[in-house]
Amino acid sequence: MELVTFFGVAILAVASALGLVLRRNPIHGALFLVVNLGCVAVLYLLLGAEFLALAQIIIYAGAIMVLFVFAIMVLIPGKEETGPDPLRPQRLLAVPLGAVLLLEAVLVLRSHVVGGGSSRFPGHQPGSPLAAVPPAVRPGGIESVGRLLLGDYLFAFEVTSVLLLAALVGVLTLAKRKAE
Amino acid sequence: MMRDVVVAFVLLNVLVLVVTYVTYVERKFAARMQSRIGPYRVGRPHGWLQPIADAIKLLIKEDIIPAMADRPVYNLAPIVFLIPSFLIFATVPFAPGLGLADLNIGILFFLAVSSLEIVGLFMGGWGSNNKYALLSSMRAVNQIISYEIPFVLAALIPVLLAGSLRLSAIVQAQSGLWFVAYPVIGQLAFAAFIVATIASENRVPFDILEAESELVAGFRVEYSGMKFALIQLAEYTHMFGVSCLGALLFLGGWLGPGLPGPVWFLLKALFIFLLVTWVRWSFVRIRVDQILRFSWKVLLPATLILVMATGLWVALRSGHVS
Repeated sequence: MELVTFFGVAILAVASALGLVLRRNPIHGALFLVVNLGCVAVLYLLLGAEFLALAQIIIYAGAIMVLFVFAIMVLIPGKEETGPDPLRPQRLLAVPLGAVLLLEAVLVLRSHVVGGGSSRFPGHQPGSPLAAVPPAVRPGGIESVGRLLLGDYLFAFEVTSVLLLAALVGVLTLAKRKAE
Repeated sequence: MMRDVVVAFVLLNVLVLVVTYVTYVERKFAARMQSRIGPYRVGRPHGWLQPIADAIKLLIKEDIIPAMADRPVYNLAPIVFLIPSFLIFATVPFAPGLGLADLNIGILFFLAVSSLEIVGLFMGGWGSNNKYALLSSMRAVNQIISYEIPFVLAALIPVLLAGSLRLSAIVQAQSGLWFVAYPVIGQLAFAAFIVATIASENRVPFDILEAESELVAGFRVEYSGMKFALIQLAEYTHMFGVSCLGALLFLGGWLGPGLPGPVWFLLKALFIFLLVTWVRWSFVRIRVDQILRFSWKVLLPATLILVMATGLWVALRSGHVS
């Protein structure tokens, strides 16, 4: 059952990613991205990280995507992007960079999954099924995420939020100065 | 597995029926408020067959697609709009053990899925290729994103008081005292929840995205026939779902003397629904800038302070802070 879900969602994720890249209509691309982010959320669920999955839906598929679409709607006058691509060199650069990324992914996967190396998740012994771990310490479960965010990584968490707030205030200031 | 499929099937059909009649209740209620009678002719007594007649009429109506519409987006929008509205009921416990899936993060699931509604709404507004529809969906993006934050924060207060994200556990924690009856915190949180609900449901006085006098009918202006029916069904289902959430979070869900649990639950959900309807027929629409200002400058700070106060109170009560 899990395997069927995984392959179904994986195929859908790849297809929607292709749709995102290949469609010329930016709004269609953005909608494909929503599908893709939803698929990734289901993959998180299959891994037992339900908090991450739902946060993915709330923040990415719900809020950020809509803002993307909003920005596209406001900034791009026509329905489709036409004319020559102003960033052509980027495309050529994309091929070697993509190849490097793929190589890295393969190496990481080989060392962690095939080699049965140590898993970094706290409380998750390699080889033990997720169901065997008590829910309180299950990695990705909401309790363990909360404990990590407000315990071990409290400082980093707070610094990140202050950074985001500063960025927000900065953007407001810059936007206001331009308008005057 | 089989059991889940059967339960889901029954739940879906019962929901469609209940929501169909919720529209009837609203029409009758609105009519009473305006000294009218409301639907009366179809079916005796009191035109009780009216919702069925409406559904049949919409089913056999011609489906018109605008010539310049973005067809795939236009056609998919009602479905994308409908699915989250029904999916939110997956974690709602109607009585102890009576529900599809009582997840340990039930309320989070509810909030996540219900936030997807905006995607369908946007697709409808964009796909129609109509200026009113597009304006409406732009307003929707502004408003729904602004009010989602106070909505979630208000929903967080019962979670803090109950100490669980499981909806059935939140109800169980109210067996002594419903959260709405909690001194000060409960009433303020409930009021904030109702305001945010009205705004996220786009009802008067926050209905700028379907303001009839400016935007005809908003994002659904080009829809007709069955697609229009689907959008209406989705809106009312979502509204009923949020009313159910309010009943679970503040009014003690299925708890109550005498009557069986699901009946209590339905009555409480209906109470919240009628509360929202009452506001709808009593107030006038407010302006876009007023709506956004109210959300960011009043409701958001207020709910944030409320969450902090609740957190402090819970911590003091449990003895973590002395």
